[in-house]
Amino acid sequence: MFQATMKKFLAGAAICALMSTAAFAEVVLQRGSAADPESLDPHKTSTTYEADILRDLFTGLMAQDIDAKVIPGAAESYVMSPDGKTYTFKLRADGKWSDGSPVTAQDFVFSWQRVVNSETASEYAYMLAPVVNAEDITAKKMKPEELGVKAIDNLTFEVQLRAPTPYFLEMLTHQATYAVSKANVEANPKDFTKPGKMISNGAYILAEFVPNDHIKLVKNAQFFDAANVKIDAVNYIPNEDRSAAMKRFEAGELDMYGDLPTEQLADLRAKFGDQIKIGPYLGTYYYAFKTTKKPWDNVKLRQAISMAVDRDYLAEKVWGNSMIPSYSFVPPGVAGYEGPKLEYAGMSQLDREDAAKKVLTELGYTPEKPLKMEIRFNTSENHKNVAIAIQSQLKPLGIEVTLLNTDTKTHYGLLEQHGDFDIARAAWIADYKDPENFLALCKTGTGNNYAEYSNKDYDALLAKAAAEADPTARMKDLSDAEAIGVTRDACVVPLLYYSSHNIISPKVKGWNMNVMDSHPTRWMSKE
Amino acid sequence: MLRYVLQRFLTAIPTLFIILALSFLLMRIAPGGPFNQEKGLNPIIKANLEKLYRLDQPIWNQFTDYVWNLLHGDFGPSYNLPDFTVAEILSNGLKVSILLGLVALTCALVFGGILGIIAALNQNRSADYAVVATATAGSTIPTFVIAPLFQLIFALGLKWFPVGGWTGGGWKVMVGPVIVLMLPQLAIVARLMRGAMIESLRAHHIRTARAMGLSDFSIIVRHALRSALLPIVSYAGPAAAALVTGSIIVETIFAIPGIGRYFVDAALNRDYTLVMGTVVVIAVFTIVFNLIVDLLYAVLDPRVRYD
Repeated sequence: MFQATMKKFLAGAAICALMSTAAFAEVVLQRGSAADPESLDPHKTSTTYEADILRDLFTGLMAQDIDAKVIPGAAESYVMSPDGKTYTFKLRADGKWSDGSPVTAQDFVFSWQRVVNSETASEYAYMLAPVVNAEDITAKKMKPEELGVKAIDNLTFEVQLRAPTPYFLEMLTHQATYAVSKANVEANPKDFTKPGKMISNGAYILAEFVPNDHIKLVKNAQFFDAANVKIDAVNYIPNEDRSAAMKRFEAGELDMYGDLPTEQLADLRAKFGDQIKIGPYLGTYYYAFKTTKKPWDNVKLRQAISMAVDRDYLAEKVWGNSMIPSYSFVPPGVAGYEGPKLEYAGMSQLDREDAAKKVLTELGYTPEKPLKMEIRFNTSENHKNVAIAIQSQLKPLGIEVTLLNTDTKTHYGLLEQHGDFDIARAAWIADYKDPENFLALCKTGTGNNYAEYSNKDYDALLAKAAAEADPTARMKDLSDAEAIGVTRDACVVPLLYYSSHNIISPKVKGWNMNVMDSHPTRWMSKE
Repeated sequence: MLRYVLQRFLTAIPTLFIILALSFLLMRIAPGGPFNQEKGLNPIIKANLEKLYRLDQPIWNQFTDYVWNLLHGDFGPSYNLPDFTVAEILSNGLKVSILLGLVALTCALVFGGILGIIAALNQNRSADYAVVATATAGSTIPTFVIAPLFQLIFALGLKWFPVGGWTGGGWKVMVGPVIVLMLPQLAIVARLMRGAMIESLRAHHIRTARAMGLSDFSIIVRHALRSALLPIVSYAGPAAAALVTGSIIVETIFAIPGIGRYFVDAALNRDYTLVMGTVVVIAVFTIVFNLIVDLLYAVLDPRVRYD
């Protein structure tokens, strides 16, 4: 009798337990990525892999909605002064760190001073360059306390800018501008990024981090919008082998993956249909001539070679249409910017080759005295295929192209030290949606100006744009600059625009394609 | 014996030092540095980073600092994973790699050994041919073919195991990596065992044992196997050092957080301290396993004595 009652009781208890787990079953999102983040310290990152993780952990003054549009984040509102140089942010009264303490203006002052401080050696310190004195502090000419930021009271944060900066709000969604908890960083200066020690103000908090294995985030109950966060836990799972990642996706071990093996794109499209999401992304794949070296100092020659490259072939045959042929340095997708296109964008490839041949003959290159050119690129199957394609495209013009590939560090080491080369591969992915982010790469003396291009008019137009208060006039200045530097002088040879390539399970809702490829888990749900 | 072990440890110190100095130098000769990347850095920021990690110091000072810190158990910070010290990265990875490596090695020795004995006892018969053919196939098909095949058949097709991942490391996630790590070793062990066993069975003392009427089991296990183990033991030492320090292919394909991938990634990233850390780890393991092999020799071979 007792046994029978016990059995019934146990059975009942088991059913109850099952039902309650079903009702409260944790919704876990498995997000695959190609690599681990470099750091979970928002001020010490430099790759794109940490962007979404840090967006989940932290909320900047401004945040991004499901379409990567700027919306209020830690600040509920802001006021811009009429000259566009002073921003006053009102922080949310209900903004809290994950330990329950309030997010204050002092936290932002501390954090921004930390970013620009030379001792932090933040790679993204330039994200705060528009702030008064920021660059001088990073260059150790001034003290971090002299940064143009002020806590007027606990919830009012004031920023002084050197010049009106239309993309300033956009920059505030970038991880380098996030606040860290002053109290926590001062208490745990070395290990505040570790699970159990990290305090954050985003929709999620850090639960586990095993390098090369997984990063687990769980919902932050203190987050101001926690009621609308539907996913309980997120695992960020690094998968370096992209083919193996596709198998893991197929087996249901991953709900999404952000770095498709582009060489398998046609097969993947056939197999996964509209689970494959390819969309525009703010990045340009380009070649740069060493413009200080003969004969590459000749604009006509640079233009002829640029003209002869069949970009459609590169996009279609080499990249399986996961890249888009590019005829400008600034990719489309920047609101308000109508940049110039390369003159020969509308010409047929045959006409372009004829025009290029004519220039080469004029310059005295003949089959007996051919032009020799070496393409340098960093080791990668796709970069190699691009270089080989260009080599064969230039062959009919009588150009003898040789290829030289080196590993990434050697390649960029040489470019940054302005070593000797003819033409080299490089790329730029935008940090924020603004043409200036690209065009600065052709400015005299910039570290990334591998071509060593230098033109006074170009520099003057960029400087004029930087001081311009009217957004329309500013975009016009930038467009004029691109017309001189890129279209006329080929300071870079744009080849392809990048695109984002994700695979998303139909179970995942609230994932929208956008040019920044920004996807906070906050907006997602899983069936 | 103890004196011998001590002596070996003492000679290991200059060996390690030379390895360290050479690796340090070679690493610095390689062009490019840890902070050269696609998204090029502003020279001021790069200088700040180099100052932070003391890379602005003369190379000799950097080397003496490194050795001094190493003597205090400090492997330094990782430049490319600044949230972790090199010691943390290595100890996290080693836990996984040692576990996988030892399981794979044990399986390879046991199964390879058994297969080798079976082949030797059936020399030039079908069982022998089967073992030799399997062993040849096992040692010639590369890991990067076997691993995706395993995933296709047993994970995606039969759904017996997960495709990849570790997360704590249950037995299910270990099956694939262990099999892939084990197969080439098993093939080599089986072939070594077969050859050594055939030779050993022809030895005079085995004939004597047979003449004395000992059972087959006793002859094979107690007498023939002991001398046949010598080549296996000398092979197992370096093989163990290689297995417990991970495999970049297996770790990348199965998404396993072992130490193997750091050997390549750290060098490509010019993460100097992490490269040095991996060099120390592999050097120490090689030295220790070679010592173990030499000691096992003394146990197995009555002709070897270290006193």
